Amino acid sequence: MRRAVIPFGPQHPVLPEPLQLKLSLKDEVVVEALPALGYVHRGLESLATKRDFHQMVQVCERVCGICSVLHAICYCQGIEEIMGIAVPDRARYLRVIWGELLRLHSHLLWMGLFADSLGFESLFMQLWRIREQVLDIQEATTGNRVISGVIRIGGVCRDIDDAQRGWIQTTLAAVDRAVRQIAPVLREDFTICARTVGKGILSAEKARELGAVGPVLRASGIAQDIRQTGYAAYGELDFNPVIETAGDCHARCMVRLGEIHQSIDLIGQALARLPQGAIRNPVHGKPTGETVMRVEQPRGEVLYYLRADGGKTLARMHIRTPTFANVPVLIDLLPGLGLADVPVVVLSIDPCISCLER
Amino acid sequence: MSIEQRPRRCGGWLERLIQHARVRSPWLLHFDCGSCNGCDIEVLACLTPLYDVERFGIVNVGNPLHADLLLVTGTVNRRNARVLANLYRQMAAPKKVVAIGACGLSGGIFREADNVIGGIDRIIPVDCYVPGCPPRPEAIIDGVMRVLERFGTGHPKEDVAKGKGIP
Repeated sequence: MRRAVIPFGPQHPVLPEPLQLKLSLKDEVVVEALPALGYVHRGLESLATKRDFHQMVQVCERVCGICSVLHAICYCQGIEEIMGIAVPDRARYLRVIWGELLRLHSHLLWMGLFADSLGFESLFMQLWRIREQVLDIQEATTGNRVISGVIRIGGVCRDIDDAQRGWIQTTLAAVDRAVRQIAPVLREDFTICARTVGKGILSAEKARELGAVGPVLRASGIAQDIRQTGYAAYGELDFNPVIETAGDCHARCMVRLGEIHQSIDLIGQALARLPQGAIRNPVHGKPTGETVMRVEQPRGEVLYYLRADGGKTLARMHIRTPTFANVPVLIDLLPGLGLADVPVVVLSIDPCISCLER
Repeated sequence: MSIEQRPRRCGGWLERLIQHARVRSPWLLHFDCGSCNGCDIEVLACLTPLYDVERFGIVNVGNPLHADLLLVTGTVNRRNARVLANLYRQMAAPKKVVAIGACGLSGGIFREADNVIGGIDRIIPVDCYVPGCPPRPEAIIDGVMRVLERFGTGHPKEDVAKGKGIP
């Protein structure tokens, strides 16, 4: 039978971002998928040689608007390691709180888009309604809904006061209740199970071989989470990676559902143990040296390579983002699937094209 | 190749009816033209229950042939410039463009990056600029409502319609 090539994207109703997949089809079955990238490429890494290393914190936050705080945390930790700056305890806990708030809203956002890719419009609306409560907390504590801009080299620039602590905990309890109410739909609904169970199965060996990261890896039964390395204040908090063993789209959804509750729990722990003291240490001089820093983002592990030679700007910055690691997985999963399952499997790795292309 | 925008003259009662319907229920197309996602998720948030733009009759469609409004976020680079121009060309006149976020206005924080051409108005004419990084959903809704007022009032503003052509 002759092959037909269908371009999926760059402008596609399922994708909020321009990713193009050239799908070779035999009948309705995908035999090959070729990604065509470059629609969001900005050349961000080159900005590191043009901007002051303090200003780069703001640029790093805009590598991706959904992972913003965690990109900034990773970059700042790298510079702090090069310059030997100690971060105050309170700032380390505040970084955990904002990082987990981000993970919370990112996972709710993803679940909404995932439901939308199945055609489950009302679930999309419900999940995004819950997400607005998390954004309210972001706005009250950082001053912005999405890109918060609170992380600085040497600490953070905003504080959470006692009145806000209580309010955050009651709001998060409401979010937790709302998610628990919706969870049975995600877990057991007939339509969702029919579209996701057994679709795009990734075995543990294959996940390791292809270098999968984040929820994709954990859904295949491998308990690997960069937060276990104990950066920021994670070493002092109590948590275990959420894992599933099935490795299909449904398992990846369940991992993220588990991580929503885990994030709420981690924010509660961090708020309860929030130490008193300063939130930012002064930064003197210019960085010299190189380092590699890893942080767990909602989509998986991000890796920053930074090299500085004593100037106002960095000599080189390289970012390996989680979607970059997960695209080979996607290319491996698509062949053999029906055309109708392609959007669901593409969404299941939570592609962030803005991260991927930088 | 230049891109033109020729709104049809509103004459008879049928045109007036269509005009009325267009302003009361505009369909919009959203294109992410190299944004960091911050603006995109705010555009999507406009459609969800808290902001709910469907109360203005606004419907998000995936097909440029159906759309009256084009919402563009992010900077233009050498690869997506052609996609943006294609989408704009496929839309039926009269059509309006809203550029969202600092990047869409001028290139924003990415202005000096290697692969960035600049704002949306380097490629297609823009009718409304919504500043912010990212703008709040209220600001995006305000931008869209202001553009709706311009439907039926004649030609697009010459000063913003640079439309230098496709690289």
